[in-house]
Amino acid sequence: MKNRTLLVYACFYLAFLYLPVLVLPLFSFNNSAFIAFPLTGFTTRWYGALADSALQQALVNSLRVGIAAALLSTLLGLLAAKAVTRYRLKGRNAALGLISLPLFIPDIVLGISLLLLVGTMGLPLSLVAVMLGHLLICVPFSLAVLIARFEGFDRNLEEASADLGEDGWMTFWRVTCPLMLPGIVASLLLTFITSFDEFLVAYFLSGTEATLPVYIWSQLRFPARLPMVLALGTIILAVSVVLVVLAEKLRNQGVKKPMVGA
Amino acid sequence: MADGGRNLRHGYALIAPTLAVVGLTLAAPLALLLVASLKSQSGIGFEAGWTLSQYGDVLGRESYRILFGRSVLVAAAVTLVTVALAYPMAYFVAFHARRKFLWLILLTIPFWTSYLLRVFAWKIILGYGGVINSGLLGLGLIDQPLSFLLYNPFSVVVTLAHAWAAFAILPIYVSLEKIDRSLLEAASDLGDGKLRRFLRITLPLSMPGVIGAAILIFVPTTGDFVTPELVGGPAGAMIANIIEMQFTQVGNWPLGAALALVSMMMVAVIAGLFVAAARAATKAVR
Amino acid sequence: MSFLAVSKVSKSFGGPAIVDAVDLSVERGAFFALLGPSGCGKTTLLRMIAGFETPDSGTITIDGAVMNAVPPNLRPTNMVFQSYAIFPHLNVFDNIAYGLRKLRLPGDELRRRVEAMLATVRLEGLGGRAADQLSGGQRQRVALARALVRQPKVLLLDEPLGALDKRLRETMQIELRAIQRKVGITFLLVTHDQEEALSLSDRVAVMSGGRILQIASPRELYERPNCREVADFIGEINFFHATVKGMSDGNVTVNAGLLGIVTLPSANVAPSITAGDHILLAIRPEHIRVGGQGVAGEIVTATFLGERSHFHVKIAGRTELVAVSGQAPSGKDVMLAFPAEKLIAVPTL
Repeated sequence: MKNRTLLVYACFYLAFLYLPVLVLPLFSFNNSAFIAFPLTGFTTRWYGALADSALQQALVNSLRVGIAAALLSTLLGLLAAKAVTRYRLKGRNAALGLISLPLFIPDIVLGISLLLLVGTMGLPLSLVAVMLGHLLICVPFSLAVLIARFEGFDRNLEEASADLGEDGWMTFWRVTCPLMLPGIVASLLLTFITSFDEFLVAYFLSGTEATLPVYIWSQLRFPARLPMVLALGTIILAVSVVLVVLAEKLRNQGVKKPMVGA
Repeated sequence: MADGGRNLRHGYALIAPTLAVVGLTLAAPLALLLVASLKSQSGIGFEAGWTLSQYGDVLGRESYRILFGRSVLVAAAVTLVTVALAYPMAYFVAFHARRKFLWLILLTIPFWTSYLLRVFAWKIILGYGGVINSGLLGLGLIDQPLSFLLYNPFSVVVTLAHAWAAFAILPIYVSLEKIDRSLLEAASDLGDGKLRRFLRITLPLSMPGVIGAAILIFVPTTGDFVTPELVGGPAGAMIANIIEMQFTQVGNWPLGAALALVSMMMVAVIAGLFVAAARAATKAVR
Repeated sequence: MSFLAVSKVSKSFGGPAIVDAVDLSVERGAFFALLGPSGCGKTTLLRMIAGFETPDSGTITIDGAVMNAVPPNLRPTNMVFQSYAIFPHLNVFDNIAYGLRKLRLPGDELRRRVEAMLATVRLEGLGGRAADQLSGGQRQRVALARALVRQPKVLLLDEPLGALDKRLRETMQIELRAIQRKVGITFLLVTHDQEEALSLSDRVAVMSGGRILQIASPRELYERPNCREVADFIGEINFFHATVKGMSDGNVTVNAGLLGIVTLPSANVAPSITAGDHILLAIRPEHIRVGGQGVAGEIVTATFLGERSHFHVKIAGRTELVAVSGQAPSGKDVMLAFPAEKLIAVPTL
């Protein structure tokens, strides 16, 4: 294929990706409860409608679940990635297979089977149950990112640290951790996003404590609430873009830093 | 190389917590799912004895067979379309784009909003009173709204090809990016034209990315009930919609459990067959 | 007792022994080389001395203290890794200062020590350089400085010059030797490069298949190899099949076929050889006198190498050997002499 043809295709593809997403901000500022052309005028009243306590509670719930799932799955991923890359474990492939299994099981099956577990154990449906389900989904992603990072650095570096007098713990802090940091940040971001956006498992397990996607789902049934939902989606998108740009700036600074030196 | 004996215990200790969590949250619930599927519902509890009647129901009823068939077909179509659309995009970024990173950022930004809203946006676009119809009406190009846009398998495929695009682009891009450029030069040097070179070198070497993308898309699509419900219409219902109903409105958990287990097995078998076929096809090209 | 002692040390990774009942002793302040082809177990032995692998049996002693149960971070050894293992997130100064943290030195004392070490390895003024901006030779120097600054009792070097090009390698050999003399620390070098081992070290242990074949000074190793493998591995050499006729005090008489009956000094004969044995007679190419009175041969190829020439010569139409001479003989036919005092006798196996 010629470069020109590919470039044109790439632009069309980009348009295909952005078209639906741009509908969200467009109609979130439209002064009509009906989502249809022609546009009737500019308003910010849908954003005012976001000051809804149920919505804010859902956002807080999602943040709590997302942060907990991101931290825990990254920690578990870190331990497991170190184990499989640094030790000649017997049953390594079986262990990796088990941990990656959730990737091959539809989320709805994970959701209802956890629902059964929680029910059987007589526990209430709660954010903790949601978080456990998200852990299951997030650990394979975290593990994949961190194994790649571990394989990317010379294992002699850790030995060199031990050779220069540091014990396992100090070696972790002075060598492993700084070198793993980009991988750890990537894992935290990826797992947080995955959890924050997860709907199926949360739908079955959240009970009365709705997460943001569960809340959005409940609102989609009421046509009158739709412009407000669009406003919410616009804000999520905007915050994400700002975060990505910031993270990118930080990453670039991190690259330049060692060149200054003593 | 790690020390063979002494430190091996540290290795097992490191991986133990992860395995324990996975065991608790995956193995135990799946075992319970199996148990539940062998029961029958009685009020809000299960009856005491064991029965295979749920499986008889799941495998015997025509309507379920149609749902299973439709789920697999739709998921396969979504996977095929998404991967086929994403491959040239990933190829462009990996081999021809000047500012790769900018392209990757541009390609991922649409995925930074809620999955539900990405799906819902298509309902707004394709709907009877939606963006396309109201736009075309406003421009005077049509007299009455087009009704074939929404609530059919086509709308489900378009919506999901959009919703899962990042899961196809990124793995394919990574595997294309890994290809040693000198291999391509070697293929040209040995007399391959651009197309033959693509078929014999680039495509086979990017197969791990394609397979990964296909699995990442096929598995969740089969179990999705959001998209069929929002844009699939009454004739677009998939197996997950029925499973969800057993656990919420109908309250027949054993039947839901049996449906879930059968669809899980089906996904596993198809995914396994697909991986095997893709590997065989890769070998056959040489 | 020797400074570094390895006694009956064995190690296997679940298969055949990689290191097989090795005994080794190194004097304080020596430059000692472990020489052998790749896979001979030399790196595993080095890693056991550093503490990264645990011996299955045997003991390792440094300065009288048994090391077996001591973890690497508490051993009085430091290592220059083959990959150098320069910490990529630290600059040169911080790499060298890495192992001094525990000493809790005041800032200016730390700086003084690191800078003295930078001067020793001739990297003055490069302390602020980022790790990824170093050339191969500079990385090697940083790795050396980082290990030496801790003043280890034994410095372990794992193929330290393997990643450098030929010219740089030669420069670094001279410098490494000079640095070792200056700091007076015991160096234990692992290498597969016999030239490097011979030119750098006071003593060399030749390893093969997990065992030590011979431990000797470089000159002794070259002139009196104790077996075929050592003779073959160190430099170029020619072999002839022969039989021991008789041994008298100071002399050994050998029937060497093409070369006739030869009498050589018993110092040139490996100790395990007795009368009647089938043996190999060996001679270095430069010890064959081209044009001397002796055996007639036919030149197959002649390679001009500047100040000398290299010949492949056939004797009696079959046996091929290598000789070196300062001047090229004219024509194909050549006479070769084999001085008896330069012939070495080793067992056939």
